[in-house]
Amino acid sequence: MSQLSYIWPLSGGLLIGLSAALYLLLDGRVAGISGLVASAFGWTGAGVSPLGIGFMGGIIGGAGVAFAYIRHAELTISSSPLLLIAGGLLVGFGTRLGSGCTSGHGVCGLARLSPRSIVATGTFMAVAALTVFVTRHLIGGVA
Amino acid sequence: MSNRILASILCGILFGIGLVVSDMVNPARVIAFLDVGGNWDPSLAFVMGGALIPSSIAYAIKRSRSRPALDTQFHVPTSRSIDTKLVLGAALFGLGWGLVGLCPGPAIASLVTGRWETALFAAAMLAGMFAYRIVQSGQSTQLQLR
Repeated sequence: MSQLSYIWPLSGGLLIGLSAALYLLLDGRVAGISGLVASAFGWTGAGVSPLGIGFMGGIIGGAGVAFAYIRHAELTISSSPLLLIAGGLLVGFGTRLGSGCTSGHGVCGLARLSPRSIVATGTFMAVAALTVFVTRHLIGGVA
Repeated sequence: MSNRILASILCGILFGIGLVVSDMVNPARVIAFLDVGGNWDPSLAFVMGGALIPSSIAYAIKRSRSRPALDTQFHVPTSRSIDTKLVLGAALFGLGWGLVGLCPGPAIASLVTGRWETALFAAAMLAGMFAYRIVQSGQSTQLQLR
């Protein structure tokens, strides 16, 4: 890790945090992407949410602008199609069952010291790290 | 369009830029961050650290406010119970995240690249969310019948 390599992640993190801060103080809501995506499709039991659709559209638009004008990074994806499907299903089902993901529990939940979010964040970080350890070091070649 | 929707679009834009700038959208980077037993790349810790600064300030400000700027009340979860659903859900999410290196925000943001891999992952993620919706509404129907 070079001396300046923390500038990009730190700047990006500050922007994500600013987004969560504004969403709370303007719209009064948690910027949790799994919940917002589900709400955009009406899968939270409260009908189709225009806020969810707006947030999702904003993410895609913002990412497009950033890829084009700020940091063009080539994504490295090494997973097989089967693994992409399995991973997607687990992430989709798991985040809804556990009421949140990296943003809702990680960024917003930890910021308000929610006990549920602290447990959830600790759990998904630990399981994700364990999964990487198993797939990259124990049974190499799976992912 | 209401100001509330405009605010959600603005917040989405900031979020999307943040995901790309931080390289959180890059599965290889995420896997390297999670690979604590191998050649660990700690840079993504700065994403979480950086994000928590404005977020914590906002949640501190919220305590002295009765309502947000554009709504009549806050809609922040109040539950404090740590149950099986929470832990099992987080574990399943962690498993999927560790297998591929994409969580929901980056899965949506990376759709703009037009890569088939991210589209396939996002489609499967939506299917997983929809499956949960089916299970959940099935459970609530059973409760009503009881």
